[in-house]
Amino acid sequence: MTVLDWSHPLVPGAVTRDDRVAPRASWSAVVPAGQVLTIVDVGGNQSADCLIFDAADPAERYSVPDTITWQGNAYVRTGTVLRSNLGAPLMTVVGNELDRQDTIGGACSKASNTLRYGHHTAFHHACRENFLSEGAKHGLGARDLVSNLNWFMNVPVEADGSLGIVDGMSAPGKRVALRAERDVLVVVSNCPQMNNPCNAFDCTPLRMIVTVPAGPADDTVGTVGDPVGDTAGTDATTEYPTA
Amino acid sequence: MPTTAEQHQPDHQTEHQTDTVSAARQDARAQGGRTADAMPYVPASSSPYIPGGVPAEALTWAQTVAPGGYTHRVVARGTRIRLDDPTGDACAHLFLLRAGAPYERLNVADTVKVPWQAYLGAGHPLLSGDGRVLATVALDSSGRHDAFCGTSSELWNAAKYGDGRPEGPSPSGQSLFTVAAAHQGLTQRDLGPSISFFQGVRIGADGATDWTGSAGAGTAVELIAELPLIVLIANVPHPLDPREQYVVGPLRVHAWRSTPTGPGDPAFAASPERTRAYLNTIDDWESRA
Ligand SMILES: [Zn+2]
Repeated sequence: MTVLDWSHPLVPGAVTRDDRVAPRASWSAVVPAGQVLTIVDVGGNQSADCLIFDAADPAERYSVPDTITWQGNAYVRTGTVLRSNLGAPLMTVVGNELDRQDTIGGACSKASNTLRYGHHTAFHHACRENFLSEGAKHGLGARDLVSNLNWFMNVPVEADGSLGIVDGMSAPGKRVALRAERDVLVVVSNCPQMNNPCNAFDCTPLRMIVTVPAGPADDTVGTVGDPVGDTAGTDATTEYPTA
Repeated sequence: MPTTAEQHQPDHQTEHQTDTVSAARQDARAQGGRTADAMPYVPASSSPYIPGGVPAEALTWAQTVAPGGYTHRVVARGTRIRLDDPTGDACAHLFLLRAGAPYERLNVADTVKVPWQAYLGAGHPLLSGDGRVLATVALDSSGRHDAFCGTSSELWNAAKYGDGRPEGPSPSGQSLFTVAAAHQGLTQRDLGPSISFFQGVRIGADGATDWTGSAGAGTAVELIAELPLIVLIANVPHPLDPREQYVVGPLRVHAWRSTPTGPGDPAFAASPERTRAYLNTIDDWESRA
């Protein structure tokens, strides 16, 4: 029996959107600048594949390598600035209840399933399908699909470069919270993959809550690691990591 | 040895007499036949740097890419592309798209995920997002490459060197890719994460990116085009290069007609995932032929 924990916003404030995403389905919304998107892993270890676009000019969009390079780290954690293909901030991770989140594993597709598991999986539903159908609602197509984020998915890189999706570290009700640094279009695929552990072989719902943060900016939220208020990413537009 | 883009600007000191059309024509024609450190060699067989063992007449593309420069080219399936780093300071940022169908393009996530290996080396397939192999790393004498950090943005180079514009002294890889793509009728939407050769990065246990730099002067990488490709290359410093100056060396490119990977080749049989990737590639190619 699957345990479901619908939880609540990680950053308190007036709720402007509260959606439940069925297993295997896609979702998208514009998150206005300054508002915070909480994504709830309702059933635990359910990968939420995520792309982010500048709402006004979607040719500027989430970039895995820019995000990694600017922070000098391949894993996404509290404080990570999610950067665009121009190196500029799109969103900031202001709350996170996992040790680390993934952005190197990419999205599953029918095509890559044939490589990873065999041609008998070619007609399994996949995240690339969700991105294409959800993106089409906004005039986006194959040219707009790039490497993505995978909230609640676990992809370690071992010392010899071995890399792969392994059992998740999440649990029902675990959350991540993303503050929009400008008006952004967020597109999510509630991953339908059943051939590897990215969804614990049991596809479950997601909850997407958008809030207007209440109270002073130094409010902290419950996170693993350092609590974050206005310290993480606030100076993201000007910082330059020297490491 | 020139190491910055600035040193490759044209010479403005030469005397020119160009007051009439006749004089201007004479002046222009007098410039022919000169050489530069960075230039295309046309025909390719005239390259002064032909790789050993390659018949001159087989060459289809020969060029030295300037430090801070870029190139773009369409190559046929079966083309073997050699990249040489003669000084140890080149950094070949590479993006690939399928010629004639550029919405099929390099997918870095699949390129590391499908082979279960993050570090590029000999035999590594460079995969598209459509379950096919765009190119295979056929030879690698460097072992210092990167599939995590992509290339530099204008913002990054502006912060690091004071300027990242394509016409400036320290152009960013992203700005050069944008221009290279535009030459092929493509836009920013057609570009995704890129990979780079000759300057290494390793990932620590905590996820930290560790720049391991160059393996030294004189290394090379060879790629086999498994499909017709648009090849975009920007030769700019790796974004994590810790040196304060914009340091990058010349990059030599030579390509010649060869054969795509097929049954019997070690790369084809290297793993079940790779075998299926080559089978998908051949299946699609033969359907169109
Ligand atoms: Zn998926």
